[in-house]
Amino acid sequence: MAAAARGCGGVWCRVWQCGAGGSAPRGQCSVAGSARSAAVPAGKSGLAPWVPVVGLEIHAQISSNSKLFSGSQVQFAAPPNSVVSFFDASLPGTLPVINRRCVEAAVMTGLALNCSINKRSLFDRKHYFYADLPAGYQITQQRVPIAVNGTLSYSLCTDNKMSQMVTKTVRIKQIQLEQDSGKSLHDDTRSQTLVDLNRAGVGLMEVVMEPDMCCGEEAAAAVRELQLILQTLGSSHAVMAEGQLRVDANVSVHHPGEPYGVRTEVKNINSIRFLAKAVDHEIQRQIEELENGGTVLNETRAFDSKLGCTVPMRDKEGKQDYRFMPEPNLPPLILYDTKSLPANMNHQQVVNIDWIHERLPDLPSVKRAKLVEQYGILPEHSFTLLNEDGLTEFFENVVKHTQMKPKKVIGWILNDLLSYLNQHSLTVKESPVSSSILADLLNLLERKEISSTAAKQVLVELWKGEGKTPLEIVKEKKLELIQDQEALEQICQAVIDGQENEVIMMVEGSLCSTAVCGTKKGVKMVFFFSPVDWHLSCRASIGAVKLLLSDYQPFLLLSYFTKCFCRN
Amino acid sequence: MLRASLREVSAALKEGHVSPTELCQRCLALIKSTKFLNAYITVVEETALKQAEESEKRYRTGQPLGVLDGIPVAVKDNFSTAGIETTCASEMLKGYIPPYSATVVQKLLDQGAVLLGKTNLDEFAMGSGSTDGVFGPVRNPWSYSRQYKEKLVPKSHPEDEDSNWVITGGSSGGSAAAVSSFTCFAALGSDTGGSTRNPAAHCGVVGLKPTYGLISRHGLIPLVNSMDVPGILTRCVDDAAVVLGSLAGHDPKDSTTVQDSFKPFELPNLTDVSKLSIGIPKEYHAPGLSSEILALWSKAADLFKNAGANVIEVSLPHTRYSIVCYHVLCTAEVASNMARFDGLEYGHRSDMNKSTESMYAATRREGFNDVVRGRILSGNYFLLKQNYENYFVKAQKVRRLIANDFMKVFRSGVDILLTPTTLSDAVPYTEFIKEDNRTRSAQDDILTQAVNMAGLPAISVPTALSERGLPVGLQFIGRSFQEKQLLTVAKWFEKQVKFPMIELEEVKRHDHGVFQHQKSASFS
Repeated sequence: MAAAARGCGGVWCRVWQCGAGGSAPRGQCSVAGSARSAAVPAGKSGLAPWVPVVGLEIHAQISSNSKLFSGSQVQFAAPPNSVVSFFDASLPGTLPVINRRCVEAAVMTGLALNCSINKRSLFDRKHYFYADLPAGYQITQQRVPIAVNGTLSYSLCTDNKMSQMVTKTVRIKQIQLEQDSGKSLHDDTRSQTLVDLNRAGVGLMEVVMEPDMCCGEEAAAAVRELQLILQTLGSSHAVMAEGQLRVDANVSVHHPGEPYGVRTEVKNINSIRFLAKAVDHEIQRQIEELENGGTVLNETRAFDSKLGCTVPMRDKEGKQDYRFMPEPNLPPLILYDTKSLPANMNHQQVVNIDWIHERLPDLPSVKRAKLVEQYGILPEHSFTLLNEDGLTEFFENVVKHTQMKPKKVIGWILNDLLSYLNQHSLTVKESPVSSSILADLLNLLERKEISSTAAKQVLVELWKGEGKTPLEIVKEKKLELIQDQEALEQICQAVIDGQENEVIMMVEGSLCSTAVCGTKKGVKMVFFFSPVDWHLSCRASIGAVKLLLSDYQPFLLLSYFTKCFCRN
Repeated sequence: MLRASLREVSAALKEGHVSPTELCQRCLALIKSTKFLNAYITVVEETALKQAEESEKRYRTGQPLGVLDGIPVAVKDNFSTAGIETTCASEMLKGYIPPYSATVVQKLLDQGAVLLGKTNLDEFAMGSGSTDGVFGPVRNPWSYSRQYKEKLVPKSHPEDEDSNWVITGGSSGGSAAAVSSFTCFAALGSDTGGSTRNPAAHCGVVGLKPTYGLISRHGLIPLVNSMDVPGILTRCVDDAAVVLGSLAGHDPKDSTTVQDSFKPFELPNLTDVSKLSIGIPKEYHAPGLSSEILALWSKAADLFKNAGANVIEVSLPHTRYSIVCYHVLCTAEVASNMARFDGLEYGHRSDMNKSTESMYAATRREGFNDVVRGRILSGNYFLLKQNYENYFVKAQKVRRLIANDFMKVFRSGVDILLTPTTLSDAVPYTEFIKEDNRTRSAQDDILTQAVNMAGLPAISVPTALSERGLPVGLQFIGRSFQEKQLLTVAKWFEKQVKFPMIELEEVKRHDHGVFQHQKSASFS
């Protein structure tokens, strides 16, 4: 199923699966995997293809010191009910006072998502009874939100390798400011519900995306891009695992040319990976349901990450009527731009949209373009750099402190650093090798003081994080390149004289695929170099050895090919 | 001494004629002997005496905090008071001791006022009689005045001696009764549809409803957030100006207060009213207006006319839609505001523990009276998706029309509007409870309510005694934030009418037996 989702191009089609009986076609959904663009013609299968439609509602917790309408602190994992003001606990008589920082965060986010910012927005009460909603209503922006009509561009790969990317755009319907709820913890054994109000009243931005996506991967890519934008702006930490970014997906399917189908809302998605899975599962489920003659109910479903599927959520109450009402305790939220800013206004009291606009940091898309332009790296590498928190900075620091070309540095960053970190589930910040140490190492390499193979050995030592410098390790392990021509000659000679078989085996073992085209000029070097290099424990420079061994070329080649052909 | 005005007693304190402690003790003693009025829900004798002692120290060192230092005051029991039970006269909040004080309460305390206790009201301020609270009805002190007793026609059932007492009006009846019976010098009420002005009129005291946004609502347990204002009850207009001066101004905790700073003012003695234009809105000649009050109203208009003021009839054409409009807006906000009372964080919680939902239902069933529950139900009905446009949005539009009516009149050059505050003088409790709360509120709020829709300042000034020997008040309505002009005119009027002082002679006689009877009445 996960495979089915990959490379979705807007239309899912039905494929025929001939069961044992063969006659009755059982609809099973798959995707026009490679057919990225068009709907598979209905005629081909005899039945109309399905068009999945995915819209997202994303709640991003605003990164601020205090809550949206009260002075209590915002603190993840604080002891239960330790950061709760009288207002948060809805003590009678308390009133909301808007937090300017939250407004600015929302304006920033709106601007970054190309929204038009409403200079006058309103707050509403949304009513429902729940233990972790102490006031019995949530203050939100139902009628006139702070930002509307934006767009978000995101890119995704068309294949498994990161080499082909397409850019898509999803429309942003609106961004609204609202309060977070508290948390209910259900103790089933004692049939108790425990309420923690630490989160109650924390500022949220609800970003509503129009249903412009059509598969899990698109939804995931859009959310990932939004996450990067929020983190770049600092308007939200947007860590899904900590609940700072919560995604609900609205999913429906329909035939082309027909109105949208009945949609379901999928909740409980707590990672981007699960988002893709949940959406794709839900699309699949709906198609199967419809093809089996069933109907899709307008319901809320939860994603079960263990089962990998969506299940209906218990909703005894049925459809809720939230009884929206204007929040009478908050006057309209007025924002200014430089033109409308009254002269006598205290600047601490107002939010100036233009001022915020001028100070927006570079957004991920701009950063990527700059990276590509400035360092000559590939666009897909710029995505990888930005996708890991802190990796761009790491890369740039290394570049700054080394003579090595950025194009070469990126290889060390992506192939060595990143794969090591991934293997050990470390973040960039947790890397045992700092950017300056890596730069030192690459400098040794660049100054030809060590070979690149030796550099990798040094890196292995550096991962241990023992606090040694690359140079110390090089000295300790005697990894310097041998500069003495005579010594080098001797070693090469020894290799060729005494260990011919080993040389050949080595070549075969590690490079047999290359060996097939051994007549080609470029391969010679490899032939000669590898065994010697192996023998020298990476201590000779490639150039030096190449030069030395060129004299022995005919002999070795002959020797090798003789062995090869004999065997064949 | 207790009959003095706030300013007079403040002067006496300053001059050392009386000490804050002595004053406090005398008020506390009077509260005890007038307990049958049921004006107070909670009396905080100990803390009051402590505050008085502190005040006394300040006076002794010649550093009083201002006019209010050492002045005994009372606060309606829908203002949050730190460490003092705040009940809203509801089962729901019995035993609830807030951890914080309302801004207005804090301001009073910060200026040295001595808080005697919390006054009675209709449950959550929903009512116009101060009869519908869980602690029973408040009795109008005038029921026990010489003026009323003398005019009382002997009933056919002379044995039912206690059936003649009249209501205070409401919902700030406890505060009005407290000021009227001399147990304190000023009291805070709240005014959403007339809840300060109505009982002020019935109890013969001054009741000021300031402009919406002038005084902080932080800590006032809301009825209708968009109309509520803290109200001020005093014995004279000058006192109201003093208290207003100590309370008004921006509060960072209430976003609906105005940013502009407020300069406290002293009221000038107006000598010339000839430059004034007094508007008489004809729509306030409402059905049910007693001929007696009508006569007083025109007498007052004549008073201004004779003094040279320009008195003109004006029209506020949408006034008649005000009550029905208020009904929708009020119940909708009530439904919303009352949602927080679920028994989880504070207040009453039912023993029902089958499920969270059943606990909510039982808690709210047990905690609220019929009036509150009725308003919650209708409010939720008006807010339903299918009804919102037809009711709530329409009511908001009507509200705008009502506010525009006032704006037009004031723009036409009228300075102050003069109207009756109530349709009649206070009725006996036994009469009053014949109608249900909704009907009564609809009738009683009719003259006061539109002002709240428009957020304007208004004041009820005691004018004369009715034929039954009960107080009648008239209402002045001013322009937004023009309290000084409004109070200046009110002060001039007050001086002309020379409203008589209440003569409470038989306070002690009613000390015991009456109180018991009233307890049972409250649950009828």
